[in-house]
Amino acid sequence: MNPYRSDHKPLRRRLPKQAAPGLGWFSIGLGVAELLMPRLVARATGMHGSETLLRLYGMRQIATGIGILSAPDPKPWVWGRVAGDALDLLTLGAHAGPHNPHRMRTCTAMGVVAAVTAADAACAQGLSHRPLELQRDYSDRSGLPRPPEQMRGAALEDFRPPVDMRTPEPLRPYAVH
Amino acid sequence: MKALCYHGKHDLRYETVPDPKIEHGRDAIIKVTSCAICGSDLHLFDGLIPMTKSGDIFGHETMGEVVEVGPENKKLKAGDRVVVPFTIACGECDQCRRGNFSVCERSNRKKNLGDLVFGHTTAGLFGYSHLTGGYPGGQAEYLRVPFADVAPIKVPDGLSDEQVLFLSDIFPTGWQAAVACDIQPTDTVAIWGCGPVGQFAIRSALLLGAKQVIAIDRVPERLSMAAAAGAITIDFDEEAVLERLKDLTQGKGPEKCIDCVGMEADVHRSIDSMYDGVKQMLKLESDRPHVMREIIYACRPAGTISMAGVYGGLVDKFPLGALMNKGLTLRTGQTHVNRWADDLLQRIERGQIDPSFVITHTVGLDQGPAMYKTFRDKQDACVKVVMKPHAAQQGALQ
Repeated sequence: MNPYRSDHKPLRRRLPKQAAPGLGWFSIGLGVAELLMPRLVARATGMHGSETLLRLYGMRQIATGIGILSAPDPKPWVWGRVAGDALDLLTLGAHAGPHNPHRMRTCTAMGVVAAVTAADAACAQGLSHRPLELQRDYSDRSGLPRPPEQMRGAALEDFRPPVDMRTPEPLRPYAVH
Repeated sequence: MKALCYHGKHDLRYETVPDPKIEHGRDAIIKVTSCAICGSDLHLFDGLIPMTKSGDIFGHETMGEVVEVGPENKKLKAGDRVVVPFTIACGECDQCRRGNFSVCERSNRKKNLGDLVFGHTTAGLFGYSHLTGGYPGGQAEYLRVPFADVAPIKVPDGLSDEQVLFLSDIFPTGWQAAVACDIQPTDTVAIWGCGPVGQFAIRSALLLGAKQVIAIDRVPERLSMAAAAGAITIDFDEEAVLERLKDLTQGKGPEKCIDCVGMEADVHRSIDSMYDGVKQMLKLESDRPHVMREIIYACRPAGTISMAGVYGGLVDKFPLGALMNKGLTLRTGQTHVNRWADDLLQRIERGQIDPSFVITHTVGLDQGPAMYKTFRDKQDACVKVVMKPHAAQQGALQ
């Protein structure tokens, strides 16, 4: 544990943990749709004739979603989603050729999967983040002859800021008058 | 002589160049005994400062021994030990007479470029592009110092190079940043960036009587060095900066904020930084001003912002509305080193502060190109690199 850190986590550290369960449920939902309604999904994505493949992909989606929701560390499962997204993109790409009369639908689906991939990758990366660890402790390097508390204001014995760097008196906050 | 020469982005070479010569009666030539890599050198190294040309010698934190002086120079003589301020000042123009040495009207020998880019020229600087005069810098075995009867700071033999070298830039820069805040005993001073300038700003704020000093960075070693001077630390990679600042100031924000980061704010840690990174890559924006944006939001209304970090050009998505409506005072500028040098030298002599605390690496000049990368990437717990040009063959000294 780094002693120079508090527990105030910024949003970019909190968000991946909060988003992972959402991705898990999304994965299960999409997987159920692919498994139970492959024809509908095939029509929506311009992948007629690939219903069996879509059922297999649906099972993959469900397994990944359960993994994300149930594993103590969802990180490998979210990375699994990223790999699955890549597979989906490759499959869609194979169907996006000029021979496919519904290629516009396939291209649209590719755009949606690309956006989901970006979200998955950002979440996976956020979960994989490791704080920098202290390599060398410089807490003995104050450069001051006495403890900081005893040095507070030491320069004021013989120093006044020049006029051009002082706040004009009428503009000084009331607290310091 | 040997020097560190620029040959393009991230291409710095230790190579042989012609020795400097006296070009004007007020000049001096110094044999460099110690020089340092400054955070602002990294902007040059990263190719972000315009008008930097192949063959330019870097370096503006330099000291050494005078070996030759021009006939008109009555201040120095051979054998004097001097620290050379990074700003070149004529000592005679309107601005120099007012103590505004960093905006000297005469020392930039390429004044037309300064006028073109900034509206009015600023002072000439050592080793900092042709925008500021194209003067060869001090990361070399010898350095020609123009107007050497004005700025160089004579230092006594009793003090080591390591104690006085930083009078050339980072100590007065941190000091001026804190002085410009007009610190009151009730003030919280928040300082973004715990690099070398940030470390001196932290100590200066403490010596100038700040009630509370808060230091913001993400590098654990730098945060530990900040904590050594009594600063409360915020790791921006792991902590919510604005929330924590509010917690530490009863929800009101710090009265005084200092930017010790400048134009190369971390590009991966916020959406606006990523946006800046993309725009910078496309040459649509020159600087990444994330820190200034955050400071303007964080600062207490009627507070003061002091900008010590270096900026070079144009930025966008700048919260000018917040700056104006909150009634913030913004103080900026390169450091008027000679305003502070005598006073700070006395503080070092009296033992009020020992600036050598910041040095983490001492190497020969031949190690310079590698150390630029180490310093830039904050590897090996690097905070400050000092180079010894005449110990080049000895390799790593520490």
